[in-house]
Amino acid sequence: MPRMGSVWRRLRTQNDTQVPKQRGYYNVLIGEAGMSGTQQVLSAGPPVLEKRSWRQPGHRRPHGSDFIWAIAFVVPYVAVFFAFAVYPVGFALWMASEPSLYAELIADPFYPPAMVNTLLFVGLGVNVKMFLALLLSGFFMRRRRWIKALLAIYIMPWALASVQAFISFHWMLIGEQGLVDGLLSALFGIEGPIWFNDRWLGLGSNIVAYIWKWMPFWTVIFIAGRMAIPRDIHDAAEVDGATGARRFVHVTFPLLANLYLVCTLLSTIWTLGDFATVYFVSGGGPTGSTNVLATLGFHYAFDASRPALGVAAMISALPLLIPIVILLIGKLQTSEVQL
Amino acid sequence: VTAVLASGRLARRRRARQRILTEASSVMLSVVLLIWSLTPVYNMLLVALDPEEGEIEFAGNLWTPEPSLEGFRAAVMQDARYLEDFWYQYGNSLYIGLATTLLTMLVGSMASFALGRMHLAKASLLTNAAVLTYAIPAPFLIVPLYRIMHGYGLLDNLWAVIVAQVTVTIPFAILILRQYARLIPLDLDDAARLDGASVVQLYLRIYLPLTAPALAVIAGYSLLLSWNDYIYQFVLLSSQRNMTVSVMQAALFVDADARWNAMMAAAMIYAALPIIILYALGRYIATALARGCT
Repeated sequence: MPRMGSVWRRLRTQNDTQVPKQRGYYNVLIGEAGMSGTQQVLSAGPPVLEKRSWRQPGHRRPHGSDFIWAIAFVVPYVAVFFAFAVYPVGFALWMASEPSLYAELIADPFYPPAMVNTLLFVGLGVNVKMFLALLLSGFFMRRRRWIKALLAIYIMPWALASVQAFISFHWMLIGEQGLVDGLLSALFGIEGPIWFNDRWLGLGSNIVAYIWKWMPFWTVIFIAGRMAIPRDIHDAAEVDGATGARRFVHVTFPLLANLYLVCTLLSTIWTLGDFATVYFVSGGGPTGSTNVLATLGFHYAFDASRPALGVAAMISALPLLIPIVILLIGKLQTSEVQL
Repeated sequence: VTAVLASGRLARRRRARQRILTEASSVMLSVVLLIWSLTPVYNMLLVALDPEEGEIEFAGNLWTPEPSLEGFRAAVMQDARYLEDFWYQYGNSLYIGLATTLLTMLVGSMASFALGRMHLAKASLLTNAAVLTYAIPAPFLIVPLYRIMHGYGLLDNLWAVIVAQVTVTIPFAILILRQYARLIPLDLDDAARLDGASVVQLYLRIYLPLTAPALAVIAGYSLLLSWNDYIYQFVLLSSQRNMTVSVMQAALFVDADARWNAMMAAAMIYAALPIIILYALGRYIATALARGCT
């Protein structure tokens, strides 16, 4: 499908550089000669409504009482933002500004494994979860009544309160008294491992519990993203002979790629600060070997009464966090993709 | 001719076989997904229905031999250790959740109304600030927040948790509303202004009603976040009376002598509310997310 590939490449480059922001993909291809089925449908789409394009630059700024009202509407958020976001962050940076704290961190035998665990937990957890969510969202697009019912059950982990759900996970894996090992021995006669006695099994349990809890949310987001793709595009792609995996690779994925990227970045940020999963599933055990930075920082601050050290442990994740945030803000500004 | 017919029949048969294969594999996938999604929930139910008070041994049964509602009775009647104040703590959780939800909707919609429709200069600056707030991990904020709340005299006060959670949820509200409000033509505002509507009327009469689906999503999100939260509630609240269900339930994790069946029953009662809300709002959430994502 050489044609389609080039079309999508064009679509995407156009979309990245378009000057007035547009919501549709339609008008990109208007007036092409020698079109394939896809292109014809695309060009037959409704003309794009140019939102705000009629507005002259510098079109009336608010003045007088309007301006006061505008300020009054923004002030509550600005106040919250400064009092409970800017101030604490500044405070945290000040608390953790002592260089000796970082020397202490590196010297602490618990710190390097926690760093490795964080990388594995975030890297594996987020990417496996997002990829599976993307694939499953395609499955849930099938128009069957029982698949709709299945979706309702499938999103239950998301709605379940995390403390309770993760405690349930913990007891499920607690050893021979737990459901998983009990089932293993009852059904297959295998003696299951003691999951939380081993660092890698514990870490794996954390990752699985994390995927279980959050995959439904992202699946719903991707379903919404897929629903936003006009059906014509799929029909046209079918006329051009793209079905199954080819359709996914050449049509669906390029259209969802931006959404996928933004969601992955956002999820990475959130997962770096995920505390409840590790705290309640493996509890950081055995002997603190499955801690991530979030739980280790919490442990320093509240169990060991070293608040500054706890903040420093979290701050040491900043080199990872900052590039992601910059990338994300850039993406959110240039594209319409939104969560 | 016969060859053509035969090849046509072959192709049809191949297509039919393929269809059966797809159906079979999607049924299998569904079974896997069902087991995957429900096992931890099933485990909760299994523990909650166990008649024994103390430790629970899983003897390889798929179902408790003598299911009993004793755990649920103890939870509802507050008749077990840790559960003495269960309904009061449930009320605390509810209070925090509802206050967070209402404040998020109010402050978030006001801010995004001003940012999106009042032609403020530098509006994008504040939207970026909102995105930045997203990027602050909660465990990073919690230590300084503890100190700051101490300074504000808000420690062990439900409002400390509420403002902490609102700080996290408002950015989400602003981002969703910014996206959603693009669907409302600005001409509508101009027309209303010509008819003499004030700014407040624009907000109350046009902006709020037309963004209702997005507001429903924001409400669901805020309530879920608040209901799911542990770290803020654990750190900022300390007394038994001000504790929430989340914090109380964590005792199940550290104390092996807690009454498991009653605690798990309480966990299920607690977990039921967001599930009900999610299913009630599901349709709104799906449509609003669909709009928001394009």
